[in-house]
Amino acid sequence: MKTDQETNNPVGLSRRFFVQSGAATVAGLVLGFHLPANPMRRAEAFAATGPTEGKAPQAAKLNTWLRIAPDGLITIYVAKSEMGQGIFTAMPMLIAEELEADWSRIQVEPAPSDAEFNYTGAPFEITGGSTSVRSTWEILQRIGATARHMLIAAAAKQWGVPAESCRAERGQIVHAASGRKAGFGELTAAAAALPADAIPKEPKLKAPSEYKLVGKPMKRLDTPAKVSGKPLFGIDVVVPEMRYAAVRHSPVFGGECSNFEALAKGMPAGTSLVKVTGGIVVVADSWFTAKTAAAGLDAKWTKGATTGLSSKDIEKKLRTAAGGKKLPVAASKGEPDKVLRTAKVKVEAEYSTPFLAHTPMEPLNCTAHVRPDGIELWVGTQSHTLTKMLVSMATKVPQEQVIVHTTYLGGGFGRRAENDVMLQAIEASKAVGKPVKLIWSREEDVQHDFYRPASLVKMRAGLGADGLPVAFTASIASPSIMQRWTMFGGLPKSGIDMTTIEGLADMKYECPNQHIAAAVVDTGVPVGFWRSVGSSHNAFYVESFIDELAHAAKQDPYKYRRALLEKSHPRFVKVLDTVARMAKWETPPAEGRHRGIAIAESFGSIVAEVAEVSVSADGQPTVHKVWVAVDCGRYVNPDTVIAQMESGVVYGLSAALRGQITLRNGRVEQSNFHDYTMLAPHEMPEVAVEIVESGEAPGGVGEPGTPPIAPAVTNALFAATGKRIRTLPISSHKLTGGKKS
Amino acid sequence: MAQNLKVNGKDVTVEAEPGTPLLWVLREKLGLLGTKFGCGQGMCGACTVHIDGAAVRSCLMPVAAVSGEVTTIEGLSSDNSHPVQRAWIEADAPQCGYCQSGQIMACAAMLKARPQPTDADISAAMTNLCRCGTYGRIRKAVKLAIDLNSEEKA
Ligand code: FES
Ligand code: FES
Repeated sequence: MKTDQETNNPVGLSRRFFVQSGAATVAGLVLGFHLPANPMRRAEAFAATGPTEGKAPQAAKLNTWLRIAPDGLITIYVAKSEMGQGIFTAMPMLIAEELEADWSRIQVEPAPSDAEFNYTGAPFEITGGSTSVRSTWEILQRIGATARHMLIAAAAKQWGVPAESCRAERGQIVHAASGRKAGFGELTAAAAALPADAIPKEPKLKAPSEYKLVGKPMKRLDTPAKVSGKPLFGIDVVVPEMRYAAVRHSPVFGGECSNFEALAKGMPAGTSLVKVTGGIVVVADSWFTAKTAAAGLDAKWTKGATTGLSSKDIEKKLRTAAGGKKLPVAASKGEPDKVLRTAKVKVEAEYSTPFLAHTPMEPLNCTAHVRPDGIELWVGTQSHTLTKMLVSMATKVPQEQVIVHTTYLGGGFGRRAENDVMLQAIEASKAVGKPVKLIWSREEDVQHDFYRPASLVKMRAGLGADGLPVAFTASIASPSIMQRWTMFGGLPKSGIDMTTIEGLADMKYECPNQHIAAAVVDTGVPVGFWRSVGSSHNAFYVESFIDELAHAAKQDPYKYRRALLEKSHPRFVKVLDTVARMAKWETPPAEGRHRGIAIAESFGSIVAEVAEVSVSADGQPTVHKVWVAVDCGRYVNPDTVIAQMESGVVYGLSAALRGQITLRNGRVEQSNFHDYTMLAPHEMPEVAVEIVESGEAPGGVGEPGTPPIAPAVTNALFAATGKRIRTLPISSHKLTGGKKS
Repeated sequence: MAQNLKVNGKDVTVEAEPGTPLLWVLREKLGLLGTKFGCGQGMCGACTVHIDGAAVRSCLMPVAAVSGEVTTIEGLSSDNSHPVQRAWIEADAPQCGYCQSGQIMACAAMLKARPQPTDADISAAMTNLCRCGTYGRIRKAVKLAIDLNSEEKA
């Protein structure tokens, strides 16, 4: 059977054709814009530099966002990565809305990873922090509106009527008075030929009340391709003469292969061994051959940063650090120590959470081709142009000679913000002089992640006569994520890593006396961004502790939270009330069922969740139902908001129930889905989501569903068993059979 | 070593070591990239294909041991017209999409064996993992697929 060239073309390749067709004529209207190089320019005006008829965007050196072909087909280029969060649908919706496009004639292409395509004017573009819609909303509206104005101007000129008498409607320009109509495609040539001053600098945008697409549930544009088995992902890339590679990392972090030369000499014919950053790579004519050969090597390793280290040692380090005096202060007001000394009721607790791996379903991979004229990469990355920058820095190959083709991502969750696999693929390709597709086995993925940092926090609170807190202190110890990310400013002088304290130092509950401190603890274990980052643990800490306070005050956990938010945080109260109504909080659950509640703000969105659980006689917890209320401000596609809440709940629930990465003798103990498990289909709770309309600035949706689920479940388990779970995962605790409600 | 297979209705001969899992033969030798690698240990189901109509996790199946006709997602239909694919589109089930070929193949095999599955049948057949947590929508899609499938038969 011959492989079909057509179906073997992953998305990256068709885009490559587009970019390289510089000499050829690109028919239709191509819209490009220069954005001023100011990362904070979001709200500022920007000038359209005009149509580039006949020129491919690369040649024009413009960031081309939109192309309308003469047949009316509209291509929207998106410089964000689609990893399941629906961005390849949401961003086109914003453009199509203003353009008045016919939604059935829209297609999406990943934008080339060139700095010209950075939305924010920052030196690089990434997809993370639930920022895509938030940071591009207005830019996309303006792109759509500009194109609409130009098409109207072109039609008006052709018909000899005032532009004001024409309007755009579902892919056509209409002149109502005369009944004339013209499709966008027919007008592209005339629109592209308009003089530069016909391009509006400040195109009029629609009022939200006029929206036809934005805010309505829309089907994802990428679903048909995803159910057909099309080769969309990095792992599906095929390039001529490609070789396959498998990696073996040093089992302890930071070790190196000490018998590489001897091993390299003994490689069987047709395979070669390459030393790469972090380990060794076998290159062969098939991945299974490479992987089997790599597994069979009697590799010896030097000591590394974690040699001898075990989880118990890390826990001790964290505890000592969190108990330290004089820690860097993240937030402080009033006199918490003094107030605590005299408080009638005091609550003190220590909480902790483990390292977590991301395990996106598509194992990490990258195809690299190192040639004398530069480097070409095919990879599903969240780092987009940042990958290019980092590759250029690491290899000393100028950025202009690095081409990065971004494919669809089989899950990201923060793992694909990292660039380790790209550098290894480059090293392997360079060594063998051929394009190399490097695929990590699941075992290498679980054991060599940039993990969600383990952390430990000591918290204290004093309650007033009304049971409400009058003082709150927390000191948290954690490895720092930012330390390594110098591109984002690294660890600031203050010694406070924002990712450690987000969701803790900015806690919204009313309390006049507070002190939040944070210590950075180095463990040698690599750490990185994991879906919802610091909020993934801080929501568990704060929302469990607040539940403890409510219990100490003998108050209802929902009403207690409400009382502490009522004065200054109406949006929180509304979200809390919504979830309480959805879950019928005031009505006791069925016999044997118990509920817990939690609320957290992250990435500009407020999410409250109620979990309903039961505990079997032998102590097995089951999560039956989860209610989610979300205020994410203005949103694009409500169906995506719902899907992302469901997804966030499952991701957080997998971690809360059983997720942990532990170390023994410097090595990660887990290795695949049998011991680093995710929620299985039969464990899936029913999830009900309701969007709270606030009309506020858009918030993120990819991550905010995750933080509240762990505390909602553990608070419910407390209601069920009377046992307060202060360390995750839940599976590390022995629960006693559920009490009757 | 030459291996003879029947894949998506065609007889093919490929050069592969007999112990090579079917998954890698499909992906690398036959260019059928819709079948995915997730864990390589039979735990996730991303690599699910049909052998003589039954769902099999191809990452653990040595190519030399394959005795029946193999169907991959590419062989289900060329235009998303299979009732399971139509149901998946209707329910807008995928997020990242990576596990979905396997999910669809698991569902298609179930419907072939049991066109009117009970909830217990569904739970027994639909065990593939999804890291994006699309289980709720998959459940919806399965119910739709049952209807579309029986309409087609009727
Ligand atoms: S890859 Fe075959 S079951 Fe996971
Ligand atoms: S849709 Fe992403 S793993 Fe299932």
